Formats: sequence, C-alpha cells, structure tokens
Amino acid sequence: MPELDPSFLALPLDALSTAGLEAAAARGCEHAEVRTERVRSQLLRLRDGQLETSVDETELGSACRVVRDGSFGFAATVELSVDAVAAAANQATEAAEVTKDALRRRLELAPEPSHGRVEWVSSYEVDPTTVGLEEKVALLGEWSRRLLAADGVDHVTASLLSVVEDSHYADSNGTVALQRRVRVYPVLEALSVDPDSGEFETMETLAPPVGRGYEYLCGTGWDFEGELAVLPEHLSEKRRAPSVEPGRYDLVIDPTNLWLTIHESIGHATELDRVMGYEAAMAGTSFATFDRLGSLHYGSEVMHVSGDRTVEHGLASIAIDDEGVAAGSFDLIVGGVLQGYQLDRRIAREMGFERSNGCAYAAGPLYAPIQRMANVSLQPAASGDPSVEDLVAGVERGIYVVGNKSWSIDMQRYNFQFTGQRFFAIEQGRLAGQLRDVAYQATTTDFWGSMEAVGGPSTYLLAGSFNCGKGQPMQSAPVSHGCPAALFRQVNVLNTRAEAGR
Amino acid sequence: MSGGLLPAGELAERALEGAPAGGRIAIVEELSEAELRYANNTVTTNGVRQSRVVTVISFDARPDGVAAGVATGSGALDLDGLVTAADAGAASSPLAEDASPLVTGDAAPDFHDGPGRTRLQQLAPVIAGLPELFGRAEAEGRVIAGFAHHRVRTTYLASTTGLRARHVDPGGRVELVGRSVDGTRSAWAGAGTNLFDDVDLAALETRLVRGLGWARRRVELPAGRYETVMPGDAVADLVTMFEGHASGKDAEEGGSVFSGPGGGTRIGDRLCQLGFELRSDPADPVVPTMPFVATAASQADISVFDNGAPIPPVRWLSGGVLERLRYHRAGARRSAQAFTPDVGNLVLELPGADGGLDDLIGRTERGLLVTCLWYIRTVDPATLLLTGLTRDGVYLVEGGEVVGAVNNFRFNESPVDLLAKALEAGRTERALSREWSEWYTRTRMPPLRVAEFNMSSVSPAT
Repeated sequence: MPELDPSFLALPLDALSTAGLEAAAARGCEHAEVRTERVRSQLLRLRDGQLETSVDETELGSACRVVRDGSFGFAATVELSVDAVAAAANQATEAAEVTKDALRRRLELAPEPSHGRVEWVSSYEVDPTTVGLEEKVALLGEWSRRLLAADGVDHVTASLLSVVEDSHYADSNGTVALQRRVRVYPVLEALSVDPDSGEFETMETLAPPVGRGYEYLCGTGWDFEGELAVLPEHLSEKRRAPSVEPGRYDLVIDPTNLWLTIHESIGHATELDRVMGYEAAMAGTSFATFDRLGSLHYGSEVMHVSGDRTVEHGLASIAIDDEGVAAGSFDLIVGGVLQGYQLDRRIAREMGFERSNGCAYAAGPLYAPIQRMANVSLQPAASGDPSVEDLVAGVERGIYVVGNKSWSIDMQRYNFQFTGQRFFAIEQGRLAGQLRDVAYQATTTDFWGSMEAVGGPSTYLLAGSFNCGKGQPMQSAPVSHGCPAALFRQVNVLNTRAEAGR
Repeated sequence: MSGGLLPAGELAERALEGAPAGGRIAIVEELSEAELRYANNTVTTNGVRQSRVVTVISFDARPDGVAAGVATGSGALDLDGLVTAADAGAASSPLAEDASPLVTGDAAPDFHDGPGRTRLQQLAPVIAGLPELFGRAEAEGRVIAGFAHHRVRTTYLASTTGLRARHVDPGGRVELVGRSVDGTRSAWAGAGTNLFDDVDLAALETRLVRGLGWARRRVELPAGRYETVMPGDAVADLVTMFEGHASGKDAEEGGSVFSGPGGGTRIGDRLCQLGFELRSDPADPVVPTMPFVATAASQADISVFDNGAPIPPVRWLSGGVLERLRYHRAGARRSAQAFTPDVGNLVLELPGADGGLDDLIGRTERGLLVTCLWYIRTVDPATLLLTGLTRDGVYLVEGGEVVGAVNNFRFNESPVDLLAKALEAGRTERALSREWSEWYTRTRMPPLRVAEFNMSSVSPAT
C-alpha cells in the first residue's frame, strides 16, 4: 500500500500553513487557505531510439488565497519559510484591497464542513521517480527499435511523462488534507514516408494516460507488447488506404477516440462557471445554459453521463479538493437530459446550490484554484454487454474510428471536429479495411442525439488527458474520461486533404 | 531558510562548484508576475507570485562523445540535490546526438544584480480604468470579461567556460471581451505590452464598441471559401504556427510541410507570390526578447549544449522564399545550414506595404472581416492544415464597408497557404495573437486580405 512521502512530510508543512492562516486572520480575512505543494515531473523523449529530451522538474511552493470583505486575493511564493508564507498571506490581502474598487459583486463561498485531518494516496504500485533513467530509456529504446525494425516504419518517437503531486492543504475552516497522486503517460509514434511522393502517415499507441505508477509500462493496466506488435501493420495499411469519400456515415467510435469528444462537448460544456460567463474571455461560455437544467435534451435516451473525483486510477481523482471540499460523484446527464453541473464553492453559492461538488483544482503551488473538470464519463449499456462487433454489425455503410488525434471545438461547445489514429470502413456490418484523411464534424446535441447504442462494460475504457487547459493564467489539469464504444447515425465526415484544397 | 533565498547570481555560480570534466551550466530564472481577471462586469481573481526555476545541466565527457543530464527545480530546493541529479543524469545517459562545444564568453558586469520585479500596481492603467469601464458597460448593455497580466523574467546563466549572462525580460498583455447582455453579439480587443505604460484601455474599449455596433445587423452566411480581411492579431494566430513548425529535422525526416520530395527540405523554394519577409530578431525595437539561448531541455532542433549562445536575427522568409528552418548547432553542422535557434518574437512584413486595416476593408468588394481566431489545432502536418473557430467578431464587408456581423465558422486553413493566397498586406504593427497570447505576445504583423479562406462549416456559437 503506497503511503505519503516522508521527504515531503519532512517539510514544516503545519508551521507554514499556520503562519499563513494566522496572518490572514490578523488582517481580517473572512476566509483563508494555504496550500503547500510539491510537483515532481519527468519528461523523457526518444527519437529513433536515441534519448533526445530528458527533464526532471520539481515545483515546490506555497499558495495563499484569502477573501476579505468580499474581495479575493491570491499570492504565491517558492520560498518555504514561515516568514515568506506570512508575507504571501499579507500580499494576498493587499491584492484584495488593491482591486476592491473594481469589485461589483461580493465573493462568497458555499459552506463546507470541516473534514479535520485527511490523508489520501492514489492507487499505484511503483513511484516512477524511483525508477532509474537507464531502465526507462532502455525500455523505451527497446520498444522504439522493435517498431523501427518493422517494414515501412521510417522514424519512431517515444515519450514518457511521469508526475507525482504531494500536497498539504489547510483552511480557516479547520480542514487539513495531506494527499499524494501519481500518474504516467507513455506514448510511441511511428512515421512512414513514401520516398517517391514524399507523402507520410503517422500512428500513435492508444495507451491512455492513467493514474498509475511505473507498473503501467510493465504489463499492469495495458498490453504494450500486444499493441506494439500490431502497430506497424496498422500503419502500413493506413498508408496504402484509400482517401475517404466525404459525406454522412454511421460511426462506431472506440473509447480511445470517444473520450476526447466527451471531454470537449460534455465535460467543458457542463462547467457552471463558464456557463455563467466567468470564462467568456478565454475558454468561452456554454450552450448548456442554466435555464435548461432539467430540460435540455443533450442526447439520446441511452446517454448517461456522470462526474466523479473518486474513480480508481482516475486522473482527476482526489479525496479533498483545493477548496477543502470532499470529493464525490454526481449525475450530469440522465436519459439524455441535462441534470447537473460541475461546481466550485464560488459558483455553487452564486447559483444557489447548498454545496460545491468538489471540482476545484489548482495547477501546482503557484496558482489559485479554479473550477476544473471531474472525471466525466459516459456509462456503458445498463443491460447486456454489446461488443464493438455487435455495434459494427448494425451498420451498413460506416466508419469505425479508433484513437484520438486532432481536436477543436467552438467557445460554446456546439461545433466540433475530430480526427483519429485509424479509420476502418464498415460495409454490410463488417470491417472492410482502413481509410485515411478522415475527420468528423458535428454539432454537440445533434451528435449525442444520434447515439443509437452504447457498448457494454467489456468495451469500457478509462482514458484521459494530462493537459486540459483553462483559465487565465492558463492552468493545465489532468482528467480521465471513461466510456464504452458507441454507435452514432449519419455523422458528417470530411476529407482533410480536400479541406486543404488538395 | 528564514534568511530568504540565496541571490540568483550567487546560486548559479555555486551550482558550478565541483563540476565534472565535461562542464556544467546553471540557469536561474526569476519570475515575478501580477495578474487581474475580470468577468460579468466585476473583477474575479487576481494573483501575485514570485518564483524561481533553477536548471542544472551537467556534461559527462567520454572518449567517444558527451552525454548531458538536466535537473530542474523551483525555489527552495536543495541545490546539492539538483547538482547530484544532473551529474547522475549525465553519467547514466547515452551520448548526446546534439553535442557541441560549450559556449564561451565573458562575465556580464550586471550578473550579480537582483532580478526585475513587478507587482499588481504595475497594472494601474487597467485597475484604475475598470470601474468606469464596467459602469459604462452596464449603462450601455455590455458585459465585459478579460485579463491583464505582467511578468518580468530575469535569466541568469553561468557556465564552467566562464560565461556569465543575465537578461531582464518584461512582458504582458491586456484583453477585453465585450458581449451584449443577451450574449448574441460579442467582440474582442487585446494588446501586447512590455511595461503597461503604453496600455490604452479606452482605445481597446473603442474597438469593442465599434465591433458590437457593427453587429447590430446580423447576416447568416453558409460555409464556403471567402475573400477575407484579417487584422494583424488574427494573422498572428496563424503565422505563429508557421514558425512553430519550422523544424529542420522534422522537415528532413519527411514529416513536415517544409519537407521536400526525396528527403530534402524546401529551403530555397518560393512559398508565396508576394515578397513577404518573416523574421525574428532579439533586438527588435518594439518586441525585444531574450538575446541568448537558455533552455532546460534538448529537442529536435533545440539543444542544451547551445545555452548561452547569442541568438542571431533570423529571416525565415525573404522575398517570399523559404530561407531558414530551425537547427541547433550540431544539426546545423550536420545539415550544412546556419545555426537557427528559437527566437521568441516574430515579424511579418511586406516591404513597401502601407495602410491599415480600414484601407484593406475599403478595397474589399465583398468578403469577410475576421478579427480573431480560436482553438487552433493541426489537422494535417503535411500541408500544415489547421482547424479552429472564428470568435468574437466576424463581419461582412460589401462595397468597402462593414455592413453587419456574420455567424461564426469553423475554418480549415494552412498558414503556408494563407501567405500564398494573400492578395495584399498593410503596414506591420504590434499585434497580439489571442490564441497563443499565454505564451507568445511578441509579434508584429500586417493586416492581410486573402483569397479563398476555407470556412468549412458554420458554428452556431456566439
């Protein structure tokens, strides 16, 4: 059972938070939080089996957030001393004062009971920071050379991003949380170039980033051996594949692709802060407006989407969020109808919710928490266990979409366009070889409305991203999305070459 | 640690003690930031932060080459631990493909000066102007959101070769979005700045009011290829990606829009009919940037071995011909090209072009005016096809005048094609890419009028 890290616990964590909270109280703040956090990350990148990039990074610092007289203030420092944290609390109070004249609505937070002292560690076996560089480079190098040795593979990049977050959170409410999260993201990409035409194709591994340790690269949670064995063949077939004829197709979308569509068109659209205009300058707003809570037909009746910060190996999973709220799970869409939003304490209060549902997160010790995405997941079929083959069998002319690649969506989360790693033609209920140059483009509610069937639990995969961006300054957050394969009728498919006028 | 952090210059020098025979480089980046965010006609969040990032790069010299190890840490880290990690990384790493002799040079006289600092009060032109801006917005039916940010980055670089370099680099931006209360009309205005002394909030507000006024008439248009006028800000959204993808190694490997047939690159090819110059120069008078390389990670065309090397001016395009791609020193030697590092600013200019955005609009018989782009992602690296959305300001131009606002579109377009399809350009001025402003505020761009911009589908978003 992994435990809290002794080298982090050796820092004067309680003394730092006490200094900050006391300074804030002395300046008359009605609310204060002090968060000391250490984020260790390592990026390795190999090109054709040779180490190209190796960066070990440790972020360590303390952040103070205060509310004084309804005005918000934030300050952070990398100097871990009692004096420095007290000074940061004073700077935060000063920031609340300096900006008070431009404040036209008092800031209040939804109430949250004290949770006392909480300790929590995510589910992993091997802390990736304890594995030697040589061992990692040797494994990624061996995988790269295996791909390079295959016919038709000209170049290979391999990367591994590992992150370990240790945090100590304390607030004026009496909650103290000591938490540790571990995550890894290994990915390999093969490139195939046609020497005559100069045309090229690439293909990436589908292994998602996960809240696990180094064991993920050694057979726990993903079959890398199996995936590497078939990748060159898939790439070679893709290079020779016919270019797609644009038009409307039935799509069977694999969870390796669908998670990102969920992220963009549901995850972001149901963040209540952006619904209410607080992200209008950057991330945007949302078509899923508050007056449509309980009535908006987001999709078909088979659509059940939940948010949670609790799923094992989930990238957004935690026990206590960065505002001291206990994490849980909640419905967002039931039977295709919008039934909930993701909340932080400020927006929960403003919109009349009793409590936040625990979606506050700060990207490291130097940033203030904002509302961030929970693990937002599409539930598999409630009865039976339809497989990908079962879904494909119901399609006369369509495309089976596997793996995610390019993505883009508008600022109200209506119009999106996604590409993928592999696209298989479906003819008369069977896969009929790959296509290339495919992108699908749709309007969110049309797309989810066209979802005729969801696959069963055996098709379900927890995928996700390390770097969801939101806020100004931009903060990056990790988040998982679980989903089954699913069948969509008559979705608009583009040919990306034709789009470029070629 | 109650005595505070060690001064940056001293820390950098101390990190060199006991260096391996291959040498060591230390980079200390002191960051001082202040920011203010506002939405729904009120300030929402703010922040001040002081941070320090220390990077130690150790070089392990072996008979057949050199290996590098990098360790990066922030703030109050134990320096010895960082040095040990970098040394161990070098000792356990394979030989570096990007090895070059370490850069030599003198000790800068200001090396032991303290770092530049900023504070929330640096944003005074914004903080002071917001209460009245919000008041007018409420009176006139607008909802304002936006962000102001200032950052001073002071870089100290010390090498066992004796080189000591220091640079203070201030930069920031302010952005405003104005929406009608019902959310059906919106407009954006933003500006990059070095010190906030030139920020004119009223001028930005005037741009918002003009855009929202144009939008009183709404015109629905279908997807299609449109003649399109873009201000420098929107041009920066796309052209920044041109430079971002200008990797020599990617081009040579065949995986880039700049790959030539048969394994070469397109250096020497004419990419556009108009004689555009695309260039970067650390000494640019308007958007100056770091004059020497300071990187914590080697990549395909960026090398930790080049740390401290003076950054030369670079002409990516000259007379419409591709002149340069990015190469670190080792790559440049291998490919017989010039050392071309990442620069940090970008200037597009059509020599002799004059006139502003309104002049280009005045010469447009029928077309779109697109003021800003968003959510730009690469669809196909072979053509550098990008997708994204128009946002907060698409207008119809008829007979040389803006006659109304148009629905938003998803576009699929390549910045390389954009320059190739340009019909005319205006005068180059400081521009702020909204899409990349978090990372890249230093551009000077002209407004462009281009043929057949590919609006791939309609977005109902407003």
